[in-house]
Amino acid sequence: MKVELQNLTKIFPSRNKKSNEEVIAVNDFTLTIPDGKLVGLLGPSGCGKSTTLYMISGLQKSSSGKIFFGEEDVTNVSPENRGVGLVFQNYALYPHMTVKQNILFPLQNLTGKDKLPKNEMIERAYEVARLVQIDDLMERKPNELSGGQQQRVAIARALVKMPRILLLDEPLSNLDARLRLQTREEIRRIQKETGITTIFVTHDQEEAMSISDMIIVMKLGVVQQVGKPQDIYDDPTNLFVAKFLGTPPINVFDGKVQGGKLYIGEDAVLDVNGIDDRDVYVGIRPEGFVPSDKGELHCGLNNVEVMGRDVSIVSTNAASLNPVVRSIVSSEYVKTIAEGQEIVSYSLVPHKVFIFDKETEERIYF
Amino acid sequence: MVENKHQWKAWIYLSPAIVLLLVFTVWPIINTLIMAFSENYSSLAGVGGQTFQFGLGNFTKVVQYKGFVTCLKNTMLLCVLTVPLSTVLALLISVCLNAIKPFQKLLQTIYFLPYVTNSIAIGMVFAAMFNIIGNISSESSIITTAGIINNFLGLFGVEPINWINAGSSYWANITVMVIYIVWNALPFKILILLGGLQSVNKQYYDAAKIDSTPKWRVLTKITVPLLSPMIAYVVITGFIGGFKEYSSIVGIFDVGMGPAGDHGRLNTMVGYIYESIKNQQGRASAAALILFGIIFIVTMINLYVSKKKTHF
Repeated sequence: MKVELQNLTKIFPSRNKKSNEEVIAVNDFTLTIPDGKLVGLLGPSGCGKSTTLYMISGLQKSSSGKIFFGEEDVTNVSPENRGVGLVFQNYALYPHMTVKQNILFPLQNLTGKDKLPKNEMIERAYEVARLVQIDDLMERKPNELSGGQQQRVAIARALVKMPRILLLDEPLSNLDARLRLQTREEIRRIQKETGITTIFVTHDQEEAMSISDMIIVMKLGVVQQVGKPQDIYDDPTNLFVAKFLGTPPINVFDGKVQGGKLYIGEDAVLDVNGIDDRDVYVGIRPEGFVPSDKGELHCGLNNVEVMGRDVSIVSTNAASLNPVVRSIVSSEYVKTIAEGQEIVSYSLVPHKVFIFDKETEERIYF
Repeated sequence: MVENKHQWKAWIYLSPAIVLLLVFTVWPIINTLIMAFSENYSSLAGVGGQTFQFGLGNFTKVVQYKGFVTCLKNTMLLCVLTVPLSTVLALLISVCLNAIKPFQKLLQTIYFLPYVTNSIAIGMVFAAMFNIIGNISSESSIITTAGIINNFLGLFGVEPINWINAGSSYWANITVMVIYIVWNALPFKILILLGGLQSVNKQYYDAAKIDSTPKWRVLTKITVPLLSPMIAYVVITGFIGGFKEYSSIVGIFDVGMGPAGDHGRLNTMVGYIYESIKNQQGRASAAALILFGIIFIVTMINLYVSKKKTHF
């Protein structure tokens, strides 16, 4: 099912009557989510991503704007009748019911022509349980399950009624690192197998990047960029998006453009034609540095971190806005570093270098 | 654990409570046991230094006393009628109270008022409300009384019912008592259940909403199970309180424990203990122990059932 948001806005009225500080949690959100995609809503906490999700579910009413599921306007449809499945951050499994009862619960609510005979309900419950691989845990209570298992039960409960849209609120935040990796693959697999349009909320860019067909980066209620994960990484529209995506994070420098050349400190690092002379921010991805004797950018060498296949060089530069400049280079390079070497020089990979306006922090293309 | 060398400090802090408990709880319990098992116990003779033989005479006399069966029956009846009724009503009221937003605090206060009101005073008001309408002739005068309940029923063409006055039926009396006791028991139960409701994670209700759960199903399948520990608590304390029913009957019928002309008809276990205390302390003690035994057994059954039915 295609999901369409039109100028969706959510304003929370101010808490105390004296101040009139309304909070605009989501501001004029317009987007079309194609059918059958896995979409990540990404942003720091308080950016309105959960509010957006809850507006799609119907649990939060939008202040203005419209929501369409397919061609149907569901803006004023109550959550009961929207036919969405929602997995809560803390799973919200009913603690007094077994896994089976939890999964059966949404089916038992069906009435009228949707009502299923009992054996069919149980069949469907086992079917989704097999899909999320918990069919051997059906008689357990939620408190007898691990976090990852609870997560699967919550997904099964959301899927069993065959929702038009599946919504996941921070689905991995309560899992430990190893389980998180495993579960995100699971979510991807389940989504692929069911083909249900799925929207999930996360503050973890790696999570969003790794499994989404499409990610939406939000900041302070405003959508910053929408696109395929790799496209957003390779082509951020502003400094916020560039900084938010990628581990290790992008290196940001104070720089200036003068006479068609980009300067970081005193070093003229790149030819940038077509930009007027001005002060800019320069973002360079860690993989955009190539150590070279003839390199244009000179940095003080701190240390080299060897991480198996890759090597991370930690260096300093007076113009850097990050405490250190971190580059990722091939491990071959370690051999070329001499004992007691203090300066490291880099040449830059042009398409890993982004220039942003000092005022608006918007990308300046070159 | 407190370190050994500081233990005396702990004892000093505890001592006021311990002394009070020893004097007013532990000693009376021991004394009750002694009196109950002393043949022909009399406090006057006891003060005079007389010793009594150990025996079960007090218990036999209590059990053989014909009023005892009435007391037991009344106590049981009131318990069985009022505890489930007040629990269900309290549950419904607290769910409603929890659901409304405006005036919630004000309504909570109103519902809690009976709890802080003296039960004798409430009883007097109830007695006035349930008065019959009509003429009661006494030797010197004719009194005309009208209770609001009969006046209200009269609006629907119901004949005035003799609720509590002389000549009233036993079941009319019990009806009044049940209404009064339930009303009196509601505030505490509402308080506990409302507290329980407010601590239930709201996400369960959001999840139920997303899954299009009908309202009654939310109540029976989610709210009640999640509240089951609190429900078990109010049922158990309700039964314990119910077995000690006394002042409510005094409130309406005075110490006669029954309508005029039929005193003692509504007597309860505690009422019996109270009557006997003046000059039959042995029997009073024996009756108190019997009551303790009944409450103990019922509570055990309650705990057993609630362990099977509650979910945490």
